Amino acid sequence: MLAYIEKIKEISRRLLQEGNVDMVIGFRRGTVPMMNEPCFVKTPEDVDNLVWDSNCGINLANYLTNRQEKIGIVAKGCDSRNIVTHIIENKIKRDQLVIIGVPCKGMIDRHKIQAMFETEIEHVTELDDKITIKGVGFEKTLEKKDVLQDNCALCIHRNPVIHDELVGDLVDEQKNIDRYKDIRNIETLSPEEKWRYFDNLLSACIRCYACRNACPLCYCPTCFVDESRPQWVGKSIDPIDIRTFHFLRAYHCAGRCTDCGSCERACPMGIKVRLFTKKLEKDCLELFDWEAGMTLEKRPPLDTYRPDDPDDFIK
Amino acid sequence: MMKVIIINKEEWTKGLERLYDSFRLFGPVKQDEFHNFRQLTKGELPDLKLLNTRLSAKSMVYPQSEKMFEFTLDENRDEHHILKEIRKDYSPQAVIGIRPCDARAFLLVKANFDTPENKDPYWIKSYESNTFIGYACNTPCPTCFCTTAGCGPFHEQGLDLLFVDAGDHYLLKILTQKGENLIIAAGWSSKEHSDDARQEMETLRRAAEEKITARISTDKLKDKKTTELFEALFWEEVAFACINCGTCTYVCPTCWCFDIQDETLGLSGIRMRNWDSCMYPLFTVHGSGHNPRSTKMQRVRQRFMHKLKYYVDKYGDGIQCVGCGRCIRHCPVNIDIRKVCDLMNNFEA
Repeated sequence: MLAYIEKIKEISRRLLQEGNVDMVIGFRRGTVPMMNEPCFVKTPEDVDNLVWDSNCGINLANYLTNRQEKIGIVAKGCDSRNIVTHIIENKIKRDQLVIIGVPCKGMIDRHKIQAMFETEIEHVTELDDKITIKGVGFEKTLEKKDVLQDNCALCIHRNPVIHDELVGDLVDEQKNIDRYKDIRNIETLSPEEKWRYFDNLLSACIRCYACRNACPLCYCPTCFVDESRPQWVGKSIDPIDIRTFHFLRAYHCAGRCTDCGSCERACPMGIKVRLFTKKLEKDCLELFDWEAGMTLEKRPPLDTYRPDDPDDFIK
Repeated sequence: MMKVIIINKEEWTKGLERLYDSFRLFGPVKQDEFHNFRQLTKGELPDLKLLNTRLSAKSMVYPQSEKMFEFTLDENRDEHHILKEIRKDYSPQAVIGIRPCDARAFLLVKANFDTPENKDPYWIKSYESNTFIGYACNTPCPTCFCTTAGCGPFHEQGLDLLFVDAGDHYLLKILTQKGENLIIAAGWSSKEHSDDARQEMETLRRAAEEKITARISTDKLKDKKTTELFEALFWEEVAFACINCGTCTYVCPTCWCFDIQDETLGLSGIRMRNWDSCMYPLFTVHGSGHNPRSTKMQRVRQRFMHKLKYYVDKYGDGIQCVGCGRCIRHCPVNIDIRKVCDLMNNFEA
C-alpha cells in the first residue's frame, strides 16, 4: 500500500506540474478509523495529502459527473468500470481524463468490523494482509480477507479496465468465484416469501438516499423520487414508498451497475441494497452475456435493440 | 441538593416492570447490528449494553413521519374537504436510557418548536408527555465532543432522572418532580444515600469527562461577520466529498426541519409532516422551478452555517449541536463537523 501511495503522489505531482490536468481526484486521510475522504488536489504542494489503503471504498467516478476540467483520477477496478460507463453515457469525455489505475485487493468493511466490537474502534492499521484494530481495552489482528466488503470478496475485476498510468503491477484476478449464491437463494423463494424478505430487508431504511447519492450511476438531474410536478412517490417512511424507491432505483441501474459496493458502504443503517442491483447484474450476464463498464466499444444491452434479444418474458 | 439513590440491579429490573402500569415505556433495543429506540412491550427490558443509538432520540417526540389531519374528498359527506385533527396518544411515556446529549438536544430544538410567538402543538404535547431517564456515559465514543459543545457525558439539562452503571448497582439522580414521580411508580426506595452515592457518581463523572479528548472551539463564532464566513473559500473544499445524502441531518438530534405533505388514497386523505433535509435540492426549490440553493456547496454551507453561526446569533445559547458525534460516525464520506467548526472559528477574512 505504501508503495501505491508514493506512486500516486509521484504521478499526481507530475501531472499537475506538467499542466496535464487541472486537478487530481483521490482520497485524503480520514478523521475516523476506516474512513478516507474523497478530495481534489490542485497544486503539486498539496499532493502529499493523497493516501491509499483499504479504506477507499467510495467510488470516485461519482465525482466526475459533468465536470469540465481536465482531471487526473485515482481508479481501482470498479471505479475504472464506472468511468467507462460515464464516458459511454456522456457524463465525462475520455480526453478530459488521465486515469491513474490502482490494482486493488479489496476494501475492508467498516460496518462488519465495527460490529465485531462492543466499544468504538479508535485505531485501525494495516500491514500486508493483516488489519489491526485497537480500541479501549482491546487489540485484535484480523486477516484482511475475512473482513472485506461483500462485493470485494466476490470481485472478479480488481485491475483497472482502462488506465493511462498504473501505480503497481497488476494483481491476480480471483478465480472460481460464485458471485450469485445469495441471489439464487432469493430466486427460489415463493412470491409471498420474497415479499416478506424484501420488507424485512428494507425495514430500517430512513430514506436518507445515501445509497443513491454514493452511486456513480445516479446522476439524474432530478431523481424520480424528487419530482414534485407531478410527485410520483410519497415522502414518508411508508413501506410502499420505500419499496418503490429501492426497486425503481435498482431497475435504473440494470446493465450499468459494476457492483462497486458504494451504496452498501454508504448506508447508515446497514441495509444490503446490493441484493437488488446484483439480481439485475445476474440477469444481464445470463441474457446478454454483459458485464458493465468493461469496454468503450460496445453499447450497454439496455440502450440497444437487436432482433434476437431474449423475449421469453412475452407469453 | 438533588438526591442520589442506589438501586441494585434486581430492584432496577423489578421497578422497570412496575412502570408498564403507568407509562408507555421506550428504550434502546438492538436490531441487527445497532440500537434504536422503540416502544418496549410489557416485560421487555431496554438493552443498556450500548454506546449510543444509531438514530437519536428525537423521534420519541418528533417522529420521522407524523400524521396531523385526516380528510375526505367525498362530497356526499358534510365534512368533506375539512381537515380533522387526528387523535394521538399523549399519555405519559418514559424514555429509559436516553443519553444526556439527546436530552439536551430537545432543549435546543425547543427554541424552534416552543416559543412565546409560535407553539407547535404536536411537539409540545409529545415533549410534555415524556419523562426522560438519562443514561450517563461511562464509555464515551472517540467521536464524542460533547464537553466542548455545551453538554457532557453526565449532563443533566433536559433530563428528569440520570442514572449510571456502577457495577453491581445503579446510581440514580433525581432531577425533577417528574423524576420523583417515576421513582414512586417504580417502587424504588428514595431513601437518600446522599453523600457516598453522590461522591461515587461524581467520581464516575470526572472519569468519563477525562475520556473525552475530541474538542471543538466555538468561542469566536459569534464575532465573525456572517457575510464573510458565507463567502469563505474553504466551503468548496469542505463540500467536495459530500454526496448530499441526508444521513447527517437524519441522525442528528438537533436537526428539526420538516416538510408537510397531503396524501390521498381514493377519497380519503391525510396531512402529515416528514423530516426534511437541507442537503436535498428539493428542500429549497421554488414553485417557479428556481432553486436559490441549487449547488451542493450551497447546501453544505447552509447546514454548517445554520448550526454554527445562524443559531449562535439568533438564540445566544451556543451552537445548535450537542457533540453526539453521530454525523461524524455515519457520514459515508467522512465530512467531520469538528474540522468544519475549527475552520469557521479560526477563519480570518
